[in-house]
This record gives sequence, structure tokens and C-alpha cells, in this order.
Amino acid sequence: MCGLEKSSSRRDFLCKVIALVPTVSLVAYLPFSALRTTSAQVYANSPTQAYSPKYFSPEEWVFLQAACARLIPADENGPGALELGVPEFIDREMEGAFGHAATWYMQGPFTSAVPELGYQSPLTPRAVYRAGIAAVDAHCRKMFRNKSFSELPTPQQDAVLTDLEKGTLAFDNVSGKSFFGFMLQNTREGYLADPIHGGNKNMGSWKMIGFPGARADFIDWVGQYGVHYPLSPVGLTGRKG
Amino acid sequence: MVDIKKPPVDAVLIGFGWTGAIMGMELTEAGLNVLALERGVHRDTSPDFAYPLVADELTYGIRGKLFQNLARETLTIRHSPKGSAVPYRQLASFLPGDGVGGGGVHWNGQHWRVLPEELQLRSHMTERYGKSFIPADMTIQDFGVSYAELEPYFNQFERVCGTSGKAGNLNGTIVEGGNPFEGQRSQEFPLPPLADVYGASLFAKAAKNLGYHPFSEPASNASRPYTNPYGAQLGPCNFCGYCERFGCYMYAKASPQTTILPVLTRKPNFELRTQSNVVRINRDARGQRATGVTYIDAQGREVFQPADLVVLCAYELNNTRLLLLSGIGKPYNPATGRGVVGRNYAYQMTGGVAVFFDRDKPMNPFIGTGAGGQVIDDFNGDHFDHAPQGFIGGGYIGVIQTGGRPIQQMSLPKDTPQWGAKWKQAIKDHYLYTVNIQTHGTVMAHRDNYLDLDPTYRDVFGQPLLRMTFDWKENDIRMTQYVTGKAREIARAMGGKSIEAKMKQFGDHYDTRVYQTTHNVGGTIMGDDPKSSVVNRFLQFWDAHNLFVMGAGVFPQNIGYNPTGLVGALAYWAARAIRTAYLKTPGPLVQV
Repeated sequence: MCGLEKSSSRRDFLCKVIALVPTVSLVAYLPFSALRTTSAQVYANSPTQAYSPKYFSPEEWVFLQAACARLIPADENGPGALELGVPEFIDREMEGAFGHAATWYMQGPFTSAVPELGYQSPLTPRAVYRAGIAAVDAHCRKMFRNKSFSELPTPQQDAVLTDLEKGTLAFDNVSGKSFFGFMLQNTREGYLADPIHGGNKNMGSWKMIGFPGARADFIDWVGQYGVHYPLSPVGLTGRKG
Repeated sequence: MVDIKKPPVDAVLIGFGWTGAIMGMELTEAGLNVLALERGVHRDTSPDFAYPLVADELTYGIRGKLFQNLARETLTIRHSPKGSAVPYRQLASFLPGDGVGGGGVHWNGQHWRVLPEELQLRSHMTERYGKSFIPADMTIQDFGVSYAELEPYFNQFERVCGTSGKAGNLNGTIVEGGNPFEGQRSQEFPLPPLADVYGASLFAKAAKNLGYHPFSEPASNASRPYTNPYGAQLGPCNFCGYCERFGCYMYAKASPQTTILPVLTRKPNFELRTQSNVVRINRDARGQRATGVTYIDAQGREVFQPADLVVLCAYELNNTRLLLLSGIGKPYNPATGRGVVGRNYAYQMTGGVAVFFDRDKPMNPFIGTGAGGQVIDDFNGDHFDHAPQGFIGGGYIGVIQTGGRPIQQMSLPKDTPQWGAKWKQAIKDHYLYTVNIQTHGTVMAHRDNYLDLDPTYRDVFGQPLLRMTFDWKENDIRMTQYVTGKAREIARAMGGKSIEAKMKQFGDHYDTRVYQTTHNVGGTIMGDDPKSSVVNRFLQFWDAHNLFVMGAGVFPQNIGYNPTGLVGALAYWAARAIRTAYLKTPGPLVQV
């Protein structure tokens, strides 16, 4: 599967650990000192592996990394969601106000309505992820000889994600479409938001598209028509990309 | 159950955004003891909007740190009186403010007046096109106040805000470079226009070549350092690109915090109580006088605050709701057309055209200011012949580059996949190289678009939520197709490699999941007749003379422009009436 990608050795490593569930489970719970002694170089360069998820279980974490790697893959244009630490961003969001739907109106009764009237489920985003990951993995095991989503070759992963997006996968406990919607929204957020939130490591996406981040002072550039802005991005902590 | 009764005040303001700040200033100047009750927390430029932490798209733009917390209070929405309404559970379509400054903190600063004919819309359209031109179910009305009467107050509010722009009609003389269609101005703008970004300059050139009349959008983003008549100081806008949805760290965007509060909050006859959520307006046994308000304080205690004068300064939707919750005024019934509170709810119609350029023409979308840019008014108001078009209304067209936040402000061609390598390729190809033309127009009032109380859903205090019944009507779809069609012609002339227009289609339903504007209007409309309006031309409640209602809820239908300039001017206009007439002889300012 990963061999199909044009990839660096780091990326090969990431793909391999994704495929090996027990390895990742072990890695996720090793103390940092142990990681350094095992493969300091690799962990220093792969933010997702150095992070221990607070909300997602080891199985869910593997799923999330595999899905993020397909939603925004690494390629010659620049780093993908995995390389930029998007799974870490999503895990942090699950523990915060967003994951708990803390600023949404969540009182019942919950009734179905036309899509234009918005989200009407009693499930918080963190509950949707939990049920969604379980449902998709169960579906994959049933359809693909007991393989979980992360163990599928990438074309099959893409096909599953496409079915989710289109709403053709129906589950009892969760809307596949809502699950996909949250996952895509949060993946884009983690990819493009300030690194202070856990994703977009080293402002990799901003460098790719040309967004200068929090520079937020362009008075000298307003009248310079058709000129590429030359300065690298800065983040909210003052770090340069 | 009232836990606490406070000593009486001369005037109580419910809500402390733009209109609360204006009323606070005016009524304290008149010598009254004024109390403002704000449901949210206190906020100020420092530390709440300070750089760098304010330049955070996720926290402010997407998670909405400055907006109303829907977990406490929202509204329900449905598309027709026959449907059942469901809660607006997540913010998207519109973003009411919360806390000191209200929506005046996170607006863009697009500071328009109103077109003279829009204040007399029904009369004007009837006179020019005949009575039958107005469809039977279209309940549009005149505001009951004229542009000439409001002009001094538009002028006053612009001077308070340090608005940047160029007059197009100065005392009746049309001035090159301004908006030739605008109502007459008595003075030039307090500050010159903001500089144009590249995309805006391309728009202006293309529009001019097509024979239209581009001009700089009036912007309450200061183009120069400025001191307003109250002595409050603004710094110059630096085009940071964090205006809409954010507080301004540069003290450049006009807000209650930057223009009024530094002076008002120091006055000995003014008091502000935050985290004080008004739940009803109290009135005497005969229902003809407000006696004060009841609010829940930060500790959850119910407090009665007596007052001689009650001014409703909350967001448009909340003003309607508070009247309904208080049993003040007759609720509107769409079946009979009788009743007034909740009548003529309307929204704003938006559309747009994206112009995609090659990679040798970077547009640098992150160089942004909330309101600077180039617009045309040729297809707004009654600046063109409506007879062949078969609709009422219009809108402005322009390039206002508010920022280049990569998550929310990324325009991609329609056929781009939503994810995967192709999506990634597309954001790389288009982020820097796209200009967005916006169209922003009217929505007419219709008989079955209205507000009332929801029978099922409740807020955090156990009170019924407001219920909105609203959907797009044929008239307004026709308008946006016409106006956005004109935008498409300009877009074609801008020299891009391709364009894509986006506009509502016949049969489209109001989609609450997509941000449009926080320009909700109607529900507490002004007018000449108590049978068809909630407040008179001085924004005084018809049935209880010591109650005044501010905000865009008084618009009988929506105008083509953004509402804040008119909202501010109407607040100053009402304040003048209170100061010069009402306080001398308390009673109805209009006799019927």
C-alpha cells in the first residue's frame, strides 16, 4: 500500500507503523525517554508518533492516522495531514469545547429535519468519532476479509471514505455522513490552523499555499500589485515557519 | 421569584452593543442616571483583542469566541408556517454577538447609510411602477422617516466612527470618485478612503470600462489616525486581515470600545452591569408603562430593576423575543395578518463570483481590511428600471477583501474534490490567485416570513426560544440572479483565466449551515400606523410610551446595504427625540 506512494523513508516508517496495530499501541504508551532510546531521529521528525492521544484509544488512533493520511495525503506539493500532526489536533479538539459541543444547543427533543436546517443529532463530535470509527472498522472487517480500515490498501481506503462522504454507508448508531463531515472539517482545520492548536507543524501548509499566518501587518504591501509576498509565515507564539 | 430589588434608575438599557453605547452617551449627556445591563462578559481591546493571540482563525473565526453561546440560548427555524421548527444548534448562517460591544466588536466596519427611496419603499414603488407591481403577499412598508430627517444623524455616527470614504453627492453636487447614486451628504467623510488591494483595483477598472461607477466602500476602518468628537482616538488600519469575526487589535475598527466606551464608562451617572441577562420587561397593571426590567445575575439570582425609561438595545432577534416573553405588544399572526410583534422578519441576499488567475498574478488575499474595497451601486435601490425585471430591490457589487483566512476564505473551482491530492493541489493553485466579487442585496418582507415564540424548545433559564419562519421568495431570487449576473459580466472583464458565479436558484431553501450575513431585520418594525408597526418613527413603542426599541428589528424590510450605519443613525435620531421632546413632556411622541 505505502509502496505506491512517492515517499521518503520517514513516510514509509509512518505507513508501516500504521499497518502494525500492536506496534503503535506500544509506541503510544511508551514514556518519552524510551522513545528517544529506541529511535530518537524518527520520533523527532514525526510529530504524530511522539504524541500520546488523550481521547482516542490505540485502535481509534490508528484509524484516525490512516484516514487523515488519505484526506490530505503527502505528495510532491507538500506535507500531508499526518506529517503536520493533524491527528494530534483532532485529539485535542475532542477534549475541548468542540468535542463536547459545549457551545452548541444540545437540548431535545431531537427530530430529523431537512439538511438545510443543520445538525440535529444528540451526539457530540467526540461521540460521533467514537461510534463512527467503530462502525467503519466493523464495516471494513466484514467487507474486506477481517481487515480494519487502516490495513486496507489506499485505493480501498479512498473508496470507503467516498462512500462515507456520499452517505451510501448507513450505520445503526451514527450517521456516516456526519462522521465524515466532522473528520473532513477537523482535518482541514488541523492542517491549516495555527500550530498552537497542535496541527500544521512548522506551518507546513502555510508555506505550501503562501499564507503568512499571524504577520497581520501589511500596510506596506497593499499597493504592491502582482508581487509575491516574500516573508515566511509566523505563528501565534512568534515562531517563524 | 424576585430575589433582589435594586434602587430605581432614570433609564435602563437592555444590551450593550452599538445602540446601547450610543443611548448611554446621549442619555447621560442629558443628565439621566443610566444603567446598562449586558448578558455577556466585559471585553476591551486590551487584553481581549491583543496581538498576536487575536490573529487566530480557529479560535475566533471558526469556534466563535466572541459570539453568542448557543448552549444557553438560540432560536428555532423552519421554512414555512406549516413546518415544524428545529433549533439552530450550531452557529453558521448568522453570528449574533455577546458581551460588551456586542456585534459591534466583530463586524467588518462596512458603514453605509440607506438610499432615500428605500425609506419610502412602498410609496416610491407604487408611485413609479403602480400599485399592482407589489405582489399581494409582499408586506413592505415605508419606514416613516425620511433621508433628509436622518442625514444629520448619519453624519454624526460617521464622525464618531471615523469612517473612511469619499462623498459622491456633497450638498447636491455629484463628486467624481464617490457614489453618484447616494443620498445627499452635508459633509465629506471624516477620513479619506482606504487604499485598494490589487483585486479591488482590477474590479474598479473593469467596472468603469463597462460604464459603471466604482467607488471606495465606506469603511469604519480608519485610514489615518483619528480623534472623534468624544475625544476617543483611533489608530490607522494596517490591513491585518483579521476584521470580521475578530476584535481589532489596532484600535482602527470603530466599535463601542474604540469610539464611545472610553468616555462613557468614566461618567459618574453611568453604570454597566455585565452577566446580567434580562428575561423580561415589567409593566404596570394597565400595560401602558414599563416599570423596569427583570434580569438574572451572574449568580443566578433574579433581580428587579425599576426604571423610568426602558431602552431595548439587544440584538434584533432578542428584541423581538423579549417583547413576546414580556407579553408586550400584540404578536403577529400570519394567518390573519393582524398583530405586529414578529412581523416582517427579513434577511439579506448574498451572491458572488470568483475570478481565478494564473500563478503569475498573486492577489495576496491575506492583505485585508473589513470594509475597504471597490463597489458599484448601479444595480441597487431604484438606480435602474425595475419594470422589465419584475422584482423589487437590488444590491451592491464589489470586491471587499476582508482577509485570507485559509480555512474559511478559500475559494476553489466547483469541480474540485473535497479532499485528497486533488484538493491539496487546488488549494496550492488558487489560494493566492483568486479574487471574490460579492453581491449584497435586499430581501423584501413577506406575509409568512415572521418571528414568534417556539412552543417546544427552551433556553437555559427555561424560557421559550424565539421561532423564525423564513424562506427565500421568488422576488428575491430574481433580484440576486439579475445583480449577480451583472457581477459576472464585470468578472469576465477582469482578466482572469476563469470565473465561477454562485447565486441562489429558484427552489433553493434558506440554508442555515452556510454563513451569509448577520443582517437579520424586522420583528419590531417602525412605521406610521400602530396596526402595522411596533414602534413609531422615533422608535418609541406605540403602546407604552417609556419603552424604546433600537436596532435593525425596526427595518420594515431589508435594505441593499449593510445595516449598521442606519442602525446607528436611527439610535441618534431616537435619542434626539427623547432629549428634546420626551424628557420635557413624557408621553407619546406621535399621536394617532
